[in-house]
Amino acid sequence: MATGPADKALVAQSMLNEAPALSDWLVVTPVIIPFVFAAIIVMQRQRVDRHGPIAIAGFVLLVLCNIGLVNAVRSDGVIVMAMSNWIPPFGISFTVDIVSALFALVASVIGLLTAIFADGDLDMRSRRYGFFAFLLLLVAGVSGAFLTGDVFNLYVWFEVLLIASFGLIVYGGGREQLDGAVRYAILNLLATTFFLIATGLLYGMTGTLNFADIARKVPELTAGAPTAAVASLFILAFAMKAAAFPLNFWLPASYHTPPAVVGALFAGLLTKVGVYALFRITSLVFPTPPAIIDTVVMAVAVATMVIGVLGALAQNDIRRVMGFLVVSGIGSMLLGIALGTTEALMGAIIYAVHSMIVMTALYLAVDLIQKATARFRLTELGGLYAVAPLLSTLFLVLAFAVSGLPPFSGLWPKIVLLRASLAVDAHWAAFAILLTGILTSITMGRVWALTFWRPRSEGAPEIDTAMLQDRRLMAPLIALVALTVGIGLFPAPLFELAGLGAAGLTDPSEYIRAVFDLAAHVGVAEQ
Amino acid sequence: MNTVILRTVAPFLTSLMIIFSIFVLLRGHNEPGGGFIGGLIAASSVAIYGIANGVAPVRRALYFHPIVIAAAGVLLATLSGVMSLFGNVPFLTGLWWFPETTGIPITLSTPLFFDIGVWLTVVGAISAIALALEEKEYD
Repeated sequence: MATGPADKALVAQSMLNEAPALSDWLVVTPVIIPFVFAAIIVMQRQRVDRHGPIAIAGFVLLVLCNIGLVNAVRSDGVIVMAMSNWIPPFGISFTVDIVSALFALVASVIGLLTAIFADGDLDMRSRRYGFFAFLLLLVAGVSGAFLTGDVFNLYVWFEVLLIASFGLIVYGGGREQLDGAVRYAILNLLATTFFLIATGLLYGMTGTLNFADIARKVPELTAGAPTAAVASLFILAFAMKAAAFPLNFWLPASYHTPPAVVGALFAGLLTKVGVYALFRITSLVFPTPPAIIDTVVMAVAVATMVIGVLGALAQNDIRRVMGFLVVSGIGSMLLGIALGTTEALMGAIIYAVHSMIVMTALYLAVDLIQKATARFRLTELGGLYAVAPLLSTLFLVLAFAVSGLPPFSGLWPKIVLLRASLAVDAHWAAFAILLTGILTSITMGRVWALTFWRPRSEGAPEIDTAMLQDRRLMAPLIALVALTVGIGLFPAPLFELAGLGAAGLTDPSEYIRAVFDLAAHVGVAEQ
Repeated sequence: MNTVILRTVAPFLTSLMIIFSIFVLLRGHNEPGGGFIGGLIAASSVAIYGIANGVAPVRRALYFHPIVIAAAGVLLATLSGVMSLFGNVPFLTGLWWFPETTGIPITLSTPLFFDIGVWLTVVGAISAIALALEEKEYD
């Protein structure tokens, strides 16, 4: 606390004197709102019936704030808020560009829809253990990771979302589930440790943790600095989180074990946080990595795409098919990062948005299939088309979307990525995109034919369509499918946002300038 | 550990530790101490009382479920950060008041409320764990 004149002078040097605009508060609301609502839910722990409505109310508020945030960033450029008023780069500054805001918005929409689904799905017993509080905390962690402008703070948000995800993945506590949870936990803790080590090394090299400041200091590093080693550690850590080949096996082994709504949430959000972190690191910290790293990332991307979809094709468990498709999608985003041009990054951003929506929807749809038939093996399923035409249609749309067929959201990122890879003469990358598309079509065609089209086999149990009448279960799925169709038919707004975001990633000068413009307003705030 | 000595001493020990934990909490802003360590001290006192007299009396004495106390702490800490909205400064910026009552200046600030939030969170979370473990052992 400042008492003496010397202290006052010190404070004057270290704090900002400009009051933040009210719209700047939108930068922190995606973190504040989930925390507040999660706390309220836990405080109401006896009134289990209220948990769902409170969470849904919180998510509605969150989505509205995030829409405001995307609008504000689009009209005013990068928004920075320095936590506690400490001057950047010393304090933590939340720095939000289009990519951050867009990802936070989609994440909150996914959160809202999964909350509605869970409200219709979960029994009172599992709500008692705080499902909705964990759900909100997970979204708080994901939003914080998207919005922060500080590499150590990014690590902290990773921890927040990990802790929440541990709480969600052991839900129910069956034997299979704990097995999946242990794999998930060990792989993710390893990745987080690599992340922490890399952050320490980066701090040792540059003496700062603020992304914008790092971006200024990295070009000045001496030739002997271990840039390549640190870059590889970061990429390794985030590729593990994103489930890139050859570190992808934890994902299909764990995502299907908790309740499907948890799997849907994880498939939609968690791997994309790894991808987002790669965006930031490659854009700001290592804009010109050694050529060998680019080659490795490219090879990893192609391998992830192809091996992911081959894994999906080989599965009999419909839930594991979806797990491998998540992995395959990660490969496409990595390819955008590896190519590194503005167009390729734009493709990766659009793909990430598309993948968040479609993978969540597919997990929810698979859960409905499993509820109706009490089966999840492709060899045992069948006959759903006759009794559940709506679900069949929705699933077919999702199958088209995930394969990249028109007129749904999967088409556009594939086209953009294809053009981007042809533009830099990466013909084998272009071939991999097309091959993955074809193999995904075959995979999804097989799933659809076996699950819906094929008549019900002799002796199979009756299909129970009662669940499919529940609006709270169907509405989120229909909303997600509507989003896919909407993006497919009217891609212009998303293209505009992704284009601006990609431009900001290839040329981060606005991001850096926004942080240090703020730092120019030094002095004690008039209170 | 159901000894007469512990059962006799436990109420005094518990009250002393809680007073000390509040002292550590309040002294924490400028000197060693603070919400986290204070919360650990208070949670230990809860655990000691539970060992001496069983878990049921502790739960009755706490009145609120420990997890509810922890959640209240999270809420208080978050809202103390939001208070800076009204001071027209960024999130989590400390705001200070110096009201004087009967000539003694009292320092109030949003960091103090944040620290109380941390204290409540630690007390609630650690007590919940400690009481759950003790219940397993004795029931």
